Amino acid sequence: MADLAAPNTAAPRRWLLLAAVLLVPLALFSLLVGAGPLPLDTLLSDPQALRVLAVSRIPRTAAVLLTGAAMAVAGVIMQLLVRNRFVEPGTTGTSEAAMLGLLAVTLLAPGAPILVKMLAAAGAALAGTGVFMLLARCIPPHQVLLIPLSGLVYGGLLMAVATFIAIEGGLLQYLGVWMSGEFSGILAGRYELLWLAGGLALLAYFAADQFTIAGLGRDVSLNLGLRYGQVLGFGIITVSLVSSLVIVTVGMLPFIGLVVPNLVSRLMGDNLRESLPVVAAAGAGLLLVCDILGRLLRYPYEIPAGTVFGIFGAAVFLYLLLGRRAGG
Amino acid sequence: MIDISGLSYGPAANPILQNVSAEIPAGRVTALIGPNGAGKSTLLKLIARQMTPAGGSIRMDGLDLVQAVPAVLARKMAVVAQHLSVASRVRVRDLVGFGRWPHSAGRLGPADHAAIANAVELFDLGGLQERFLDELSGGQRQRAFIAMAYAQDTDWLLLDEPLNNLDLNHARNLMAQLRHLAEAQGKGIVIVVHDLNYAISWSDHVVALRDGQVAFQGPVAEAATAERLSALYQTPVAITRLEGQVFAQYHR
Repeated sequence: MADLAAPNTAAPRRWLLLAAVLLVPLALFSLLVGAGPLPLDTLLSDPQALRVLAVSRIPRTAAVLLTGAAMAVAGVIMQLLVRNRFVEPGTTGTSEAAMLGLLAVTLLAPGAPILVKMLAAAGAALAGTGVFMLLARCIPPHQVLLIPLSGLVYGGLLMAVATFIAIEGGLLQYLGVWMSGEFSGILAGRYELLWLAGGLALLAYFAADQFTIAGLGRDVSLNLGLRYGQVLGFGIITVSLVSSLVIVTVGMLPFIGLVVPNLVSRLMGDNLRESLPVVAAAGAGLLLVCDILGRLLRYPYEIPAGTVFGIFGAAVFLYLLLGRRAGG
Repeated sequence: MIDISGLSYGPAANPILQNVSAEIPAGRVTALIGPNGAGKSTLLKLIARQMTPAGGSIRMDGLDLVQAVPAVLARKMAVVAQHLSVASRVRVRDLVGFGRWPHSAGRLGPADHAAIANAVELFDLGGLQERFLDELSGGQRQRAFIAMAYAQDTDWLLLDEPLNNLDLNHARNLMAQLRHLAEAQGKGIVIVVHDLNYAISWSDHVVALRDGQVAFQGPVAEAATAERLSALYQTPVAITRLEGQVFAQYHR
């Protein structure tokens, strides 16, 4: 039976290998790009350069990689649970609800530690995503575009409420910071929450089969003895926590969760056991490319990685939408 | 045996199923027949536990289906739904492999691989193994889901209109395999079928529903008479023999 199992692993491993091989030089390059000079030849004997590396460059690179991987994983989980290719935390009200939670805690307890703020955001994100799931259940699943559109309207509604509260509370600039994801402020000590997001993505991998089966629908899941409600709950909690962690530390990063899973799905399908590592690696790599571009395009100034990814993501999203129509 | 007693479903004023009692024998092929809207699929879904009945009970080989744990049920019966809409891209080989989930929880051993290979061969999916579900025709997809249910290797197999998308060859092949499963392996097969001829020529037992109630039930040879079938469908049905097989003539 070994020959039967052989094609199972060869192709996915190739993609993972390719992603890993590309990630390493990208990450090394990312360490060298920044406003301050980092001379390679005297690096090890230059305490100043080593400090820049340890305090700024390594944390920033790690933050980008963790964020990209976790957001891509959150996106693919959301897509399987909603059974729709065009959803991600940014189109299901999750991010907006998280911001509402953040606003509330900033208004009510401005001095709260960041972990408390994150938990408030996560709680609100959980509630917001839950409402969206109930909403999505009312929409016939074959109305493929109605679900993300409803999600966008729903998210817009939450955002309007958030904006109103922010104006009244004089917190509009906070909202601006949360809404545009960027990494220029990342220093050692200010990004470590993102390791939690990475950990959650890793945890999701252990439920990869369950998510794949849930993606086949409730009836198939029940037939196979899966506790569908539990899988749904675990998925929504993961997505909410990841989104909140990312918004609290670097701000909202739309499109990663949408674009990356779609690209990977075209290459190797949706069996998460095979594809989740590739989804994570591709999310990390693409976001890093965008962050490096953002640092280089207007050197020594910066363009937020979220903006760069937004432009790239919008183009890919349009291609996916139009390609779908052409393909019937 | 599946023992259904006093089963009802839907609002009390306008029930979809009303006080349905039936016995479905183990190790036989049983067809659920009846006109559109009679409640055949509803009955199948209630047995499959995809919906919760408003009243009554279903016992499968003595096991109370309302109380049973999902993981236990998944090793007891496999279900193939009527509408197999798939949004995710999963390979046929992986889908059939998921049929082993109740036994292996994702860690496929040699026995699981053997069961998968067997199901793939039995349902003529050899050339489609590496294809994604969204690249298949309706009939091919249907066969992939049936192969998954087969790989589940359960005492009972429930299929909701499995012939819908199948061509003549695959439809006949499927019925022959279901018969073989019942005869050789003692599996209980329950199918919802619209084509009366498939029902009477391949099944051992029928449960006929009309307006959410049992019209008649029993072994095919005794229960499925021309008079009863004519009344069931409100259409003249003549039962004759054609090439040695029972044949229902209702086309004109």
